[in-house]
Amino acid sequence: MELDASLAIFVTECRDLLADMESALLSVEQSDAPDELVNAIFRAAHTIKGSSGLFGLDHVVAFTHVVESVLDRVRCGELPIADGLVVLLLSCRDHLEALIDKVAGGRVEPDPALSTEGEPLLVALRAYLAPAQPAASSATGVQPLPATAPDAGTFERIPDDAVGSDHWHLSLRFSPDVLRNGMDPLSFFGFMDTLGHIVHIATLADALPDAQSMDPETCYLGFEVSYRSDASKDDIESIFEFVRDDSQITILPPHSRIDEYIRLIEQQAEPARLGEMLVRCGTLTQRELDRALATQEAQAVHGAQVGPGAETTAAIGTILVEQGSVTPQVVDAALQRQKQTRDAAAHENRSIRVDADKLDQLINLVGELIIAGASVNLIAHRTRITELQESTSKLSTLVEEVRDSALQLRMVKIGATFSRFQRVVHDVSRDLGKDIGLVIDGEDTELDKTVIEKISDPLMHLVRNAMDHGIESAELRADRGKPAQGTLRLNAFHDSGSIVITVEDDGGGLDRERILAKAVERGLVESGHALSDAEVYALIFEPGFSTAEKVTNLSGRGVGLDVVKRNITELRGTVELSSVAGQSTTVTVRLPLTLAIIDGFLVGVGKSVFALPLDMIEECVAFSSERGHNYTNLRGQVLPFIRLRELFRVRGQPTRGENIVVLKHGEQRAGVVVDTLLGEFQTVIKPLGPMFGHVRCVSGSTILGSGEVALILDAPALIQRGIQGNRNGPSSEQRLLEEHVA
Amino acid sequence: MGAKKKPKTDLTVLRIEGEMTIFRAAELGPVLLDTSGPVEIDLSAVSDIDTAGLQLLMMAKKTALAQDRSLHLVGHSPAVTDLFERFNVTAYFGDPLVIAPRADGPSKRRSAAANAEH
Repeated sequence: MELDASLAIFVTECRDLLADMESALLSVEQSDAPDELVNAIFRAAHTIKGSSGLFGLDHVVAFTHVVESVLDRVRCGELPIADGLVVLLLSCRDHLEALIDKVAGGRVEPDPALSTEGEPLLVALRAYLAPAQPAASSATGVQPLPATAPDAGTFERIPDDAVGSDHWHLSLRFSPDVLRNGMDPLSFFGFMDTLGHIVHIATLADALPDAQSMDPETCYLGFEVSYRSDASKDDIESIFEFVRDDSQITILPPHSRIDEYIRLIEQQAEPARLGEMLVRCGTLTQRELDRALATQEAQAVHGAQVGPGAETTAAIGTILVEQGSVTPQVVDAALQRQKQTRDAAAHENRSIRVDADKLDQLINLVGELIIAGASVNLIAHRTRITELQESTSKLSTLVEEVRDSALQLRMVKIGATFSRFQRVVHDVSRDLGKDIGLVIDGEDTELDKTVIEKISDPLMHLVRNAMDHGIESAELRADRGKPAQGTLRLNAFHDSGSIVITVEDDGGGLDRERILAKAVERGLVESGHALSDAEVYALIFEPGFSTAEKVTNLSGRGVGLDVVKRNITELRGTVELSSVAGQSTTVTVRLPLTLAIIDGFLVGVGKSVFALPLDMIEECVAFSSERGHNYTNLRGQVLPFIRLRELFRVRGQPTRGENIVVLKHGEQRAGVVVDTLLGEFQTVIKPLGPMFGHVRCVSGSTILGSGEVALILDAPALIQRGIQGNRNGPSSEQRLLEEHVA
Repeated sequence: MGAKKKPKTDLTVLRIEGEMTIFRAAELGPVLLDTSGPVEIDLSAVSDIDTAGLQLLMMAKKTALAQDRSLHLVGHSPAVTDLFERFNVTAYFGDPLVIAPRADGPSKRRSAAANAEH
């Protein structure tokens, strides 16, 4: 039984659809082409209803049905899509998500608590339906399937003069595995009842094998169904979307030409019986059948003369319409369906779902490959065989490419995370009674999936914080001469091996004095200490710090920003604040691009080897400075530096001809003094044990080709240390001046 | 839950209890198909039946017919009646079902189900 597997697919697809639905709902009011978005929302609801029906999730079907009915009215232009309706539909979407979550948790039956939550939504939805149609009785929920039939009216979209008098004919031969896959034909019929009325089902048992060879879990039965419905052909087809691939499903619209039936009869293995079935279903009269069978032979001869494939699809469509055999709507529906399937197929080709664990395993293997490759390189180098060296260098190039593409697999665009904030901003601004718009930039910026997952909570905090504390109330904004609508900006871009995410609001800015006062009050800093703006702002990331005058339910409890900082630090990232009083506040989060493998640069101090992230290195210069100074003159600029030998207390005397590696992080720059430069190295990051968690300036370890371990240096921390180390002495400019004079 | 065989002279009576669904198809299959002589299947205690269950019954009937044995279904429970009407297979078994097959409309159907319970 693969029920669980298909249910899992169902849940994933539903979540995707719900995400689409949400983004469409959020942009529908502002959009220039709302029709398209309304259609997208409708399609999402419709598909969810359809697939829930297949799994017998009657409560989901019942709820979605009402949502869909309202959306259908919007789609037909009977209802305007106004603010109130959007909010209601968003709540319905949330409710659906909750329902789907329950299903994902293994509860296929309706949950009483959730049903109660859904009730008010249904009532509100029905208010939108009321003028046109009395509330659908079936919508209240869990009744036996056949009772859901009377809803056909909702689907009346194709204006067709001949409604009611004629039937669709469906010929269904499900795949043998349909039962095993948990999709009983009964549930399809149950779902068909919601779209129309099943006039007659004829069950064909001809395919049943001998008792000995029968597999009780295989489906042998065939069905000929005569069906009355106002739904369009693609609606009916979509009922069978989940099984269409390996089943034979023929759907003949009302008024189909007799040829179509002949073709159907020809297709089936049990032709004579099928003719009877068609008559029994009331699809054909006995006379029509006789005529059909009589013309069949003549047709076969004729068909052989003309030869297949002489006409294009479009032409056939036109001919059929001209002959009055098919209504234009049916052709349209069919063509659109084709296009959809083609698009969907193209899309499927472009992306596949892969288990994240498999990717992680691949990355691990690539890591091991790089380490092994490094050791091979080293040995090749020692042997001094040129040919071997050549091949190993070719090999390393390839390994490097493999590494890049493996890492690329984990890269995800940040857009999806950003667009989730549309909803947050929409909801929170409503709660706060502020009018706030969200502007998103750089949604195509890619970063590691793990990083994205871990960053979305901290970002959420920052966004909420900016909306609550940053952006002022409408009155205050008016007083300050700002536009009534506040703006929140999310931006992402790459900058020297890291990704930068900024959260910017055009609110009141940070109040430096108040932060400082609060910090003194809390004993975080001593009064009278001169601090730079950045340092003062950084205080609000300290635990237990909040300057909000009143506590709202969103933020202001002083819990949060310190957690934000901790989470970001755990990702080897940094967070900074800048602010222009009365105008704006910007939070800048810098994160490493990946957590697994980096391009490193090896440096040696004494016998120890250290790795630095290559992306952070700006240049390497020869070191020249007098002893005792911890700054140097780099082309006229002050460059603070730090001696690794001193920092890590490496034994031995510095060699002659030391080097400075210049590191850059954001706007800050500092040098690191080392003995030797050993060159580039693909660095597989291995975390240090928790014992070393508090060691500063070291972010991890890596294994060298020789099997030795090298520590990976934490560039931002080194830069900080370099700059701070300088602050204690006289100001660096002053010292530089002295040096020049001397 | 269970399927009991009650041999009574040469007539085999199979009483099926609980659900006759895909979940038990593998278990019920051999019980239903591995019979000889006249068979009577008592469906009065079937709480739920789906396509897989129906298929088994049809299979049993077909086998019996091929071997020129009699196979009768008796005591159709409401679940069975509903399914038979939905799939229009009553005629296939040819057993007197307390009520006539449904012609159309759910209203008639419901009364049929009610009858079956009496």
